[in-house]
Amino acid sequence: MNALAARRRHPAVLTVLLLVALVATGCAYAAFAPKPAQAATADADQVAQGKKLFQANCATCHGLNGEGTKTGTGDQIAGPPLAGVGAAAVDFQVGTGRMPMAAPGVQAAQGVKGAQFTQTQIDQLAAYVASLGPGPAIPAAADYDYSNADAAKGGELFRVNCAMCHNFAGSGGALTRGKYAPSLATVSPKHIYEILNTGSQAMPVFNDTNLSPDSKREIIAYIKTIHTEPSPGGLKLGSMGPVSEGLFAWVFGLALLIGFAVWLGNKSA
Amino acid sequence: MSDHDTPGGEVARTDGEFGATAVRLDEGHVIGDGGLPDRFENPGLEPHQQRMSDQSEAGAKRAEKQVAALFSLSIIGTIVFVVAYFALDAHAYVFIPGIGDMDYSNAVLGTALAFSLLGIGLGAVHWAKTLMPDEEIVEMRHPMRSSDAARQGVVDTMLDGAEGSQINRRPLIKYTLGGALGLFAIPLGLQLVGGLGPLPKNGLSLTYWNGPIGPDGKPHFKPLRLMRDPENTAIKVSDVTVGSVFHVQPEGLLDMDSGVLEAKAKASVLLMRLPPDTITSRKEIAWGHDGIVAYSKICTHVGCPVGLYEQNTHHLLCPCHQSTFDVTDDCRVIFGPAKRPLPQLKIAVDDEGYLIATQPFREAVGPSFWERGSA
Repeated sequence: MNALAARRRHPAVLTVLLLVALVATGCAYAAFAPKPAQAATADADQVAQGKKLFQANCATCHGLNGEGTKTGTGDQIAGPPLAGVGAAAVDFQVGTGRMPMAAPGVQAAQGVKGAQFTQTQIDQLAAYVASLGPGPAIPAAADYDYSNADAAKGGELFRVNCAMCHNFAGSGGALTRGKYAPSLATVSPKHIYEILNTGSQAMPVFNDTNLSPDSKREIIAYIKTIHTEPSPGGLKLGSMGPVSEGLFAWVFGLALLIGFAVWLGNKSA
Repeated sequence: MSDHDTPGGEVARTDGEFGATAVRLDEGHVIGDGGLPDRFENPGLEPHQQRMSDQSEAGAKRAEKQVAALFSLSIIGTIVFVVAYFALDAHAYVFIPGIGDMDYSNAVLGTALAFSLLGIGLGAVHWAKTLMPDEEIVEMRHPMRSSDAARQGVVDTMLDGAEGSQINRRPLIKYTLGGALGLFAIPLGLQLVGGLGPLPKNGLSLTYWNGPIGPDGKPHFKPLRLMRDPENTAIKVSDVTVGSVFHVQPEGLLDMDSGVLEAKAKASVLLMRLPPDTITSRKEIAWGHDGIVAYSKICTHVGCPVGLYEQNTHHLLCPCHQSTFDVTDDCRVIFGPAKRPLPQLKIAVDDEGYLIATQPFREAVGPSFWERGSA
């Protein structure tokens, strides 16, 4: 105890105390945070259950019947109409935690805690939205099974169709006015397949006549390959290209050079 | 400000607010020397501080061992490098904390080479700082000028040589030598200018949409289909749903014998479908088909591919310098360094339902160039 008391004025004390407090708060939150409710009975009529979920969680912006709403300030869209977006769009938006949106903003970001509903609830919501108008359906597991797809061909397609926004290695990048293309590292094959078919926010649609189902599987194979391949050179620095690599070289390389220059210039006695 | 018109103003009132000791600027001023001496004295060298290795033989011995240890570190690094080069599997991976998985052989070779080089450098510097003499000394400047006799000797030698070569008596040699040396510079300059390549002629104004080059060396226009890049398949108008974006190259481009990439770099096109009522430019509507519009993908700033299409805002963003084009208004520049809108390609639908270009670009695509005429 005396050793602790003696060090209470050490410059690192503030940092250490802050870290301890932050970790403790985080653990307490994780322990006491409310958990999402479990799914309703699977026997219930999916569409009816989906409508209930929709009216409780989505109707504020998308309207009570999914007709969409505008904000009070002119023609700005608060929530787009949902007739015809299809079950795939719901499965993607809700399944990645983008919807329900935490707060209005330029972009609905991927949920940090993942989906806020169980897959059963998402399926119910999707069934309800699909009943509003025909749209892309949720793909079957065989549709996005990329085990036999040609990753090299997928790379060619990716560089023409995807790389300008999502970066050559799928690390994401900036768009206009605060929007951005997210990193693709953790997106599941099903969600990649869905968003190609439906588009989302700034991302255009790549329907089956633009990128055939085979091409989509090849693109998924490419994304999964580059994110599972080890890096022979070690640290990838986010695969961001010259910006992060240059920053690393300037900060650490230059610091090392300055350190040696100071040592060389010091008098030895 | 002041009741008295005094040349120096006043820094404090003398009426007692700051006490009687406050002094006006123009009173009590003594012209001093600012503390500068008339003449700077040479301060001489600081007293020399002896190092541990100067003071005792044991200290010197320790420094010697340290330097030898650093050089030995380099030797070990080199040996490890050579052994690892042959012994290690070049495709094995190892987890290194703070770095992650990396190639085992790369990690060992790199670390060994770092010690091998660093050991030599550190050893040499440590040697110089501990054992080599570090007595401060002063070296006085000495005159640079050679003696008069030596200078005259050089001049005499030169003149003797010129006289012996008879260059002044034989002007034919003098002038032909001058001509030969002068002309010799021409090939050097010629390579430099010639290496810049042929003159562009009208190549920058034409794209593959002007039609394939005929036997007469001129393009012959015919309506070309819009093909998917990289699949090179034709695009049906029904394929292009609202919110879609297609990356397009002209039909027949890949059949060219040479210069495919150069031609593609000028002819690349972005095909988008917008809800028709969002388009405000009448020319854009007329040159498109039911909300389907085709624009050059080459930025008018410095020619990067403008590929970042946001389907909700209908903005086209260039990744190089953030030039932003508004696709609803004929690709007008709304942000960034580009000065001209992207050129539109006029499209229509042929008998079989495929999209075709009914005329070439009406202006040169891409960045400005000298012969372009209007900026």
